[in-house]
Amino acid sequence: MTSGELLPLAVFFSSLIPGVLIFLMPESATRTRTTLNILGAVVKLVLIFILLAGVRAGDEFGVSFAVLEGLELAFKADALGLLFITLSAVLWLLTTLYAIGYLEHSAFRRRFFGFFSLCVTSTMGIAMAANLFTFFVFYELLTLSTFPLVVHRGTQAAMRGGRIYLAYTLTGGTVLLTGIVLVQNLLGHTDFAHGGVLGAFDDSRSTYLKAIFFLLIAGVGVKAAIVPLHGWLPQAMVAPAPVSALLHAVAVVKAGAFGIVRIVYEIYGVEFAQSLGLLTPLAIAASITILWGSLRALSQDDLKRRLAFSTVSQVSYIVLGVALFGPIGTIGGVVHLVHQGLMKITLFFCAGNYAETLGIHKVSEMDGAGRRMPVTTLAFSIAALGMMGAPFTAGAVSKAWLSDGAVAANMGWVVWVLWGSSLLNAGYFLPILWRTWFRCNRSGWHAEHIPVAGWRETALLLLIPPIVTATATIAAGIYANSDLSPLAWARLIASREYVTEIVR
Amino acid sequence: MVEPVTFVVWLIVLPLAWAAAAFVTGERIGAWLGVVGSAIQTFLVVWMVATWHVAVPVIHRVGGWGAPLGIDLTVDGLALAMLLLTQVVSLPLTIYARSYFSEDASKSRHFWPLAGFLITGLNALFVSADLFNIYVTLEIVGLSAVSLVAIGGGKAQISAALRYLFATLIGSGAYLLGVALIYGAFGSVSLATLIPLVGSNPPQAFALAGLLMLFGLMLKTALFPFHYWLPPAHGGAAAPVSALLSALVVKASFYLTLRLWTELFASIADDIAWIPALLGAGAILWGSWRAIQAIRIKMLIAYSTVAQLGYLFLVFPLLPGQDAIRATVMQACAHGAAKAAMFAAAGVLIKATGQDTMAGLAGMTGRLPLTLFAFGLAGMTLMGLPPSSGFLAKWQLIEAGMARDLWIIPVVALAGGLLTAVYIFRILSFAFLLSPSSVKIATVPRVQEWTAFALAAGSVLLGLRGVELMALLPGQVP
Amino acid sequence: MSSELLFAVVGALIFTLGVAGTILVANLLRRILAFNLMGSGAFLVLVGLAQRGGESDPVPHAMVLTGIVVAVAATALALALLRKQHEVKDSEEELTEIDDG
Repeated sequence: MTSGELLPLAVFFSSLIPGVLIFLMPESATRTRTTLNILGAVVKLVLIFILLAGVRAGDEFGVSFAVLEGLELAFKADALGLLFITLSAVLWLLTTLYAIGYLEHSAFRRRFFGFFSLCVTSTMGIAMAANLFTFFVFYELLTLSTFPLVVHRGTQAAMRGGRIYLAYTLTGGTVLLTGIVLVQNLLGHTDFAHGGVLGAFDDSRSTYLKAIFFLLIAGVGVKAAIVPLHGWLPQAMVAPAPVSALLHAVAVVKAGAFGIVRIVYEIYGVEFAQSLGLLTPLAIAASITILWGSLRALSQDDLKRRLAFSTVSQVSYIVLGVALFGPIGTIGGVVHLVHQGLMKITLFFCAGNYAETLGIHKVSEMDGAGRRMPVTTLAFSIAALGMMGAPFTAGAVSKAWLSDGAVAANMGWVVWVLWGSSLLNAGYFLPILWRTWFRCNRSGWHAEHIPVAGWRETALLLLIPPIVTATATIAAGIYANSDLSPLAWARLIASREYVTEIVR
Repeated sequence: MVEPVTFVVWLIVLPLAWAAAAFVTGERIGAWLGVVGSAIQTFLVVWMVATWHVAVPVIHRVGGWGAPLGIDLTVDGLALAMLLLTQVVSLPLTIYARSYFSEDASKSRHFWPLAGFLITGLNALFVSADLFNIYVTLEIVGLSAVSLVAIGGGKAQISAALRYLFATLIGSGAYLLGVALIYGAFGSVSLATLIPLVGSNPPQAFALAGLLMLFGLMLKTALFPFHYWLPPAHGGAAAPVSALLSALVVKASFYLTLRLWTELFASIADDIAWIPALLGAGAILWGSWRAIQAIRIKMLIAYSTVAQLGYLFLVFPLLPGQDAIRATVMQACAHGAAKAAMFAAAGVLIKATGQDTMAGLAGMTGRLPLTLFAFGLAGMTLMGLPPSSGFLAKWQLIEAGMARDLWIIPVVALAGGLLTAVYIFRILSFAFLLSPSSVKIATVPRVQEWTAFALAAGSVLLGLRGVELMALLPGQVP
Repeated sequence: MSSELLFAVVGALIFTLGVAGTILVANLLRRILAFNLMGSGAFLVLVGLAQRGGESDPVPHAMVLTGIVVAVAATALALALLRKQHEVKDSEEELTEIDDG
């Protein structure tokens, strides 16, 4: 087995093996479990950096395995997949640390961390999938491995949230499978390729191809939370904060968005999709989601639900970028995959901190939280400003590229959608910032679980992750033009999916 | 060099021997004989599969007397696949049963001889080459299965066994009448002789015989609406028995339906193919509906069997295509392993919690995680989620349906998967609920949990590598 | 009407009566008798059709003998179960229906 085959497999197993081992160890083996988790995450990051260097230089990495005659499980490590993998691996490490701190006194930690590792393994599989079949296998495995995490608390409310989650995701999976089988029937394979594989069909099949596109996008659209398929997301907030962070920044929603990117660029090919007239409806669906999500967020008092609707809205920026024909829009959408991940996970880490430390879950309870928890609130503010598109943040970079991409694609109305969304974001984030920084806490913190200890407003493991991701949000904004930024990688991806030169 | 396949007669003689010995020696030694015997049989069949390279079926003449007077045993790829399924599923189940019955000597005493006779009958059935021998093996299987259901001696089991007995006897009776009519029309019962004789314009008696035999076999396979006997029998029997019955016994009569349909009754098959498909769809819908409503764990699993059998019959309009047969074999093996795992896991859960309703499962993910994981994996196969073998079977079924533009079949299969998910996750949800820690559970020997897990893992691993199993069957992907 | 056809028709009739009895009769002991009747009908068809042009064919006779043995075994099992059911039941009346869980 060559190194080109070994590396993707190693990345995959670096979270699968810890997961299996965690299930085999007893509940009480906390130290060993923690060591395994962190070791696995670090090993994975090292392997990924090797892969990054290789892919940048143009090396090929891939491995495949026949399941049936004509049906293969195949991995490949290409630029787009690596974007997703790197994001996932970095955020997994941070979420693991956070979860260790958050669940310090909880029960069922073995179950939690075991399925946590399986969840990340499935995400690796999705990112490295070289064909739709492999993508689908790990897409459904992601659903199955996140279910125990969503229902972790074991209450009736948690079970209800889990049921709704499954109803949406399994139905979406069935629709996706239908689309995939149709593709297999047409082509004899479902391999991804730069520039798409369906472009060779002529106009006689265009209706059929449009129908398949609809099925595929609807299937992945459930996880990508496109309106009206987004209903599971607010319901899944019953899960503990590390799960919400993982679901909303790293795994599930990004898997859906990633799926849309793969389908548009590597099954249909963006030029072919444009010629079939598929991109405009996609842009409209994304725009509706962006605005609807933000509108619903305005009326939520529960902090995590507000953030959930914000996610519904923000993930569709990625879909919007994909729907804007032209490399600029592509870059905007793809880079927002990373940026939104960083910002949203910060917000959820902070929400978890408020809940764990002060026992507050609602926006209306957050008066004066800035005084009590300044570091957390600073991180929250940075991320929130990033969501609004404030200068020097990652969010500003994404919005700029998306706006330019809209103009380049002759979809000027999209710029209005983006502006409207920024205004709405301000509408639901600024009041929170106002409350936490500028109002006083009148009644005291009744439900304070973790008291202040010197400069530490809460447990160290709960503080460090949001600090890291908030700093990254600013760094991604300020150093966007450096060679090591997510933006640079997004430009690399776009250059490989399009034939034309990138001008910016 | 002797071909391993010629050892097929040992697959019949060996279980017969250990069954008889178990009857004589009592439960402790009987259990060991069962496990060791199953292990040897499994080794034999795996050896046969590994060295299988014959395109033409292998014929073994018992006692050197060939057809039409003697009994021929025919081994082809399909038969070998079913033999493999039977041995591979019954081995973990014998290990499970040894532990399960270890506290209850009276039940164990009856279980081992009957299980051995059951396996004898199954192995003989898969390799029978004439219609009457098939009848005999059908009866061996049927009577052993009925007796196994009655083990335990409770009112529910006896009533279920009687109901099952009458159903299976009506089925065999119809089958026998069909054999009689065929003999009257053609003068032979050997399949090899009959198939060329039938031709394209058979006499009316032949069609009637076909309908009778197929009806009899469908009754034995519990195809909707002839499924009435299955839920009480499989739901009421002891867990190892339910596993054997749901995983293997119903597959035997299905195998015969498949074989006779594609080989003997091919001339009338196309006209009536929509009937099994329609009934299969009905089975999926009705079985899933009843499973969703079930309160007791084993009734849920039994109704799940009714529904899953529907998938097997859904494929009939697609026969005799090789791709359809491959899909069916994959589905049969997937369901066999998964259902055995599920009943085994249910047995552990029921013993541990001391009751058999789903509501009593609260908190079990913490107390019996391995068993619930096994249950979950088995459920994954039944739902047809990747990467399980159930998914591969569904994929093959959908491709076969689309290749013939019969879209309704894939649609029903996909809808069935969602319905299955409803009741599987319903029972899993109960297990995730928090429960008061004061709930006592009985200790269950680990070997029972591990055999359930092994069966479940097997059903998923088959999904990762279906190439070898499919290589047994003739024909390549077009 | 040739004797073959006569036997076959009568055998089919007896078979049908037997099946009807097994399904419709409430009393379990009578059901067992009906099942035996069904078997006899099938055997009659087999033996009746075994006359090929005046000469009798021994193969169906062999099959019927095997069938009789199987029927006896099945009857014995049914009777044993019936007795066991009487033992575990409380009341004297026949139990013909059981409930699903």
